Amino acid sequence: MKLRESVDEAVAGIADGSTVLVGGFGMAGMPFDLIDALIRQGATGLTIVSNNAGNGDVGLAALLKAGRVQKVICSFPRQSDSYVFDDLYRAGRIELEVVPQGNLAERMRAAGAGIGAFYCPTAVGTPLAEGKETRTIDGRDYVLEFPIKGDVALISAHRADRLGNLVYRKTARNFGPVMATAATTTIVQVSEVVEAGSIDPETVVTPGIFVDRVVRAEARSYMVEGAR
Amino acid sequence: MPLSTGELAALVARDIPAGSYVNLGIGQPTRVADHLTPEQGVILHTENGMLNMGPAATGDDIDPDLTNAGKVPVTELPGASYFHHADSFMMMRGGHLDVCVLGAFQVSVHGDLANWHTGAPDAIPAVGGAMDLAIGAKQVYVMMTLFDKQGRPKLVPKCTYPLTGLRCVSRVYTDLAVFDVGAGGAVVRESFGITREQLRQVT
Repeated sequence: MKLRESVDEAVAGIADGSTVLVGGFGMAGMPFDLIDALIRQGATGLTIVSNNAGNGDVGLAALLKAGRVQKVICSFPRQSDSYVFDDLYRAGRIELEVVPQGNLAERMRAAGAGIGAFYCPTAVGTPLAEGKETRTIDGRDYVLEFPIKGDVALISAHRADRLGNLVYRKTARNFGPVMATAATTTIVQVSEVVEAGSIDPETVVTPGIFVDRVVRAEARSYMVEGAR
Repeated sequence: MPLSTGELAALVARDIPAGSYVNLGIGQPTRVADHLTPEQGVILHTENGMLNMGPAATGDDIDPDLTNAGKVPVTELPGASYFHHADSFMMMRGGHLDVCVLGAFQVSVHGDLANWHTGAPDAIPAVGGAMDLAIGAKQVYVMMTLFDKQGRPKLVPKCTYPLTGLRCVSRVYTDLAVFDVGAGGAVVRESFGITREQLRQVT
């Protein structure tokens, strides 16, 4: 039911103007094949939620370069190889909302968990809390943060079974399990699809209830040159 | 004599309590890892989702799925664990992480931290995990030079750069002196090639 034959089939139906949660921390865990398929699919005016704003010319950077992205919500856009985003931003052709990394994760977790909003101590007294409601609880100050919900999540995992249960690999896990819970439609590319029962239930990281579509795609890796 | 970066890193490493869970920020603080001893039993956290991170990976050990928060390939030590981002930042925000060591543009004598943005109008803002770390770890150590390239002190009465966190830093390690900072202001713990009188004049 959840298994798709191709990445193009997997991304079918993503609408213009969608909010798309994109997994990955830099290159690790980036769903390269799903993003390439999304570029072919053609949806535009997208809001992208991801930790970074693309590296080099591949993955998220390629989607930005294709002009499909209206806004990026991320924690760390500026990197040594984020030149595609940098040029768009400086030209005023893309909006940016910078969110502290932990808030980015927690706001998506809240969306996935059905939480209306939450008070968080991160960013109190900083420019990123300006204009936000604050509250003192037991003597500590907190900022009110709202959930980030995706129409679609595109994530990469290591292995899936036919029911959509997922396991990840090392630090490529990063945002995957959180994003999987926070979108209306969660689409996952994996290196390997196995029969139900082949993954030890004790080791499932993302239970299949959070997963809508699974497609197998050869693992691709891009080595990160230098820090950041 | 002022301390070199390596000597400063060794000093920070010496002061980390045995058995601590520690996050080392990107840049100079990563060098603290080179000076931690096995007897200290310190467990390194990297906010992209791992505990008991090992040294940088080389040659065949390089795995694109295993990097640190600076996106540098690293290794895992026995007893390592992986987790997703919400759990990783829960470890900070929830007060489970003992120490983090961060770089800084400025620290105030009361422990305010500025390390994410110079405030330059053409700069693209990027915060990463700095704000979560600053308010999350039980102890926040800053490692920096005491003066910037223009010779201005970076330990200041009040930060002029955009803040990362309020009253979050407990100790500042610099090439010229180590300070405790907090509600009572800055107190010199040790100094290197500079007198306390000279320190008072500049800070």
